[in-house]
Amino acid sequence: MLAYIARRIVYVIPIVISVALVCFLLVHITPGDPLVAILPADASQELAAQLRAAYGFDRPLPVQFGLWLLRALHGDLGNSIATGRPVLAEVVRAVGNTVTLAIAAAIIGFTMGIMLGLIAGYFRETWIDKLATSFAIAGVSVPHYWLGMLLVIIFSVELNWLPAVGAGPGGSGAWAWDWAHLKYLVLPAITTSVIPMGIITRTVRALTGDILSQDFVEALRAKGLRETGVFRHVIKNAAPTALAVMGLQLGYMLGGSILIETVFSWPGSGFLLNSAIFQRDLPLLQGTILVLALFFVFLNLLVDIAQAAIDPRIKRG
Amino acid sequence: MSELPLSATSDAALQAAPATKARGYWATVGRRILRDKVSMACALVLLLIFVSAILAPWLGLEDPYKGSMIRRLRHIATPGYPLGTDELGRDMLARLIYGGRLSLVVGILPVILAFGIGTSLGLVAGYVGGKLNTAIMRTVDVFYAFPSVLLAIAISGALGAGILNSIVALTIVFVPQITRVAESVTTGVRNRDFVEAARASGAGPFTIMRVHILGNVLGAIFVYATSLISVSMILAAGLSFLGLGTKPPEPEWGLMLNTLRTAIYVNPWVAALPGAMIFAVSICFNLLSDGLRSAMDIRN
Repeated sequence: MLAYIARRIVYVIPIVISVALVCFLLVHITPGDPLVAILPADASQELAAQLRAAYGFDRPLPVQFGLWLLRALHGDLGNSIATGRPVLAEVVRAVGNTVTLAIAAAIIGFTMGIMLGLIAGYFRETWIDKLATSFAIAGVSVPHYWLGMLLVIIFSVELNWLPAVGAGPGGSGAWAWDWAHLKYLVLPAITTSVIPMGIITRTVRALTGDILSQDFVEALRAKGLRETGVFRHVIKNAAPTALAVMGLQLGYMLGGSILIETVFSWPGSGFLLNSAIFQRDLPLLQGTILVLALFFVFLNLLVDIAQAAIDPRIKRG
Repeated sequence: MSELPLSATSDAALQAAPATKARGYWATVGRRILRDKVSMACALVLLLIFVSAILAPWLGLEDPYKGSMIRRLRHIATPGYPLGTDELGRDMLARLIYGGRLSLVVGILPVILAFGIGTSLGLVAGYVGGKLNTAIMRTVDVFYAFPSVLLAIAISGALGAGILNSIVALTIVFVPQITRVAESVTTGVRNRDFVEAARASGAGPFTIMRVHILGNVLGAIFVYATSLISVSMILAAGLSFLGLGTKPPEPEWGLMLNTLRTAIYVNPWVAALPGAMIFAVSICFNLLSDGLRSAMDIRN
């Protein structure tokens, strides 16, 4: 097991370096000068050159990448061009809010997905299955930013039950786990949960159907095991694959929440990314994407290891 | 005497066998999907949306660009404006139908481009194998390290707003996914006996890939690609929704959703209409792709 973990970690290193390279190069596929956001339109040549030297944009690309990577390893992702504050601090603060949202959405989406998937797989080809499957297909097909708008229209505009935007009373201050804050979380969390709900329903349904059609289930029933006992076997066999899919979905929610955060003005990493793009704040853009992508890579690593730990069939040799 | 005719017949057999078999197979698939009610209903809805988008200028609609300050945000079913008007007083029905033109192109073109590029890359990687395979597939792995929404937004954010940049960004998102599928099905086929037979009969690598492998893997890759159209539609409109795609005043569903967002307190249901179009197209493609997948699974 330890050897397996070590091998997986070694395999991740080149991925991490390549991911950093992609993030670094993002800035350099940008048309125009990376300093365009802070340079006044009538800036003199000397001022432009001075700033370019200050940000290190005058050196050759490989040198820039090496220095950037070295600083990033020390937790220094540079300063935001727009605000002048350290990028890392801004990203960490925003990622915290995104994690809150993703976890709330995961609780809703994973529970619903597992339940619907088990029911649909067990009652395959009945109307219950058709209902659950339609629900799942609607979940993966809906433009989630539009669903967010619909929920705002219903629950904020028409019924006035829940707030439409923000992450707490009095702007986006510190998050707290009380109802005053939680009611801001309800709509974005439901919106975020529909895609994982749909995908997990489909996965669990397929797994349940496959397992129930295997010979050993027949044997279990033949030996007189009650349906609840059979069900326990189904869950045990489906767990590793379902877990892997859920891990991946958690990663997608962390990295892909930008549209939902924009709809709800949720002060998370996606919202930060959005403002970085529109203020052409390249260090912030670079840093946010790097942190989110690394999150995703390490989550995948954890899922692989967890899957190997609970599934004895995975070869670790 | 026996040498020449024998090789000629076996060659002819090799050329003919997959072709006749393929025709029979696709005919069966076609029959099966024509009998699937859900798939046919989706195909009909999509056909309606496509045809009306193409024929928009000849449908006698209002000018989708002409606004009016005195008839802004009319409700649905206002006489003369069946679907109301938007925040600048432009006719919603006209804008929704015209909006299909850009929305469908930006949503579907990236998948078509990625299908071409990804299939070629995957086929070469799977068939040639070795170092080339490693190089292609490890590069693909790097793109898999980014959630696709993040990657699409990062690339088009860096390239700047615009339709062309959106198409480029989405194509880059889908190429690795299709390459991975294409490589895995090609690897599954390349060591089969008929490929060995073609090689033994002197066929070059390009002929083998084109004639013997492509015919056997294209179906699987195609079904996978159709399942991506739904995601692509949502992402393409999403980029416009963020302001990274089309620019105003072009009618495009994502952008319309964005500009109407400020109107949800005044006329919420008109504001929600463009999203319903995206949803309709996306769910129809998803169901059609599911139908195609089960129609191609002849064993069941």
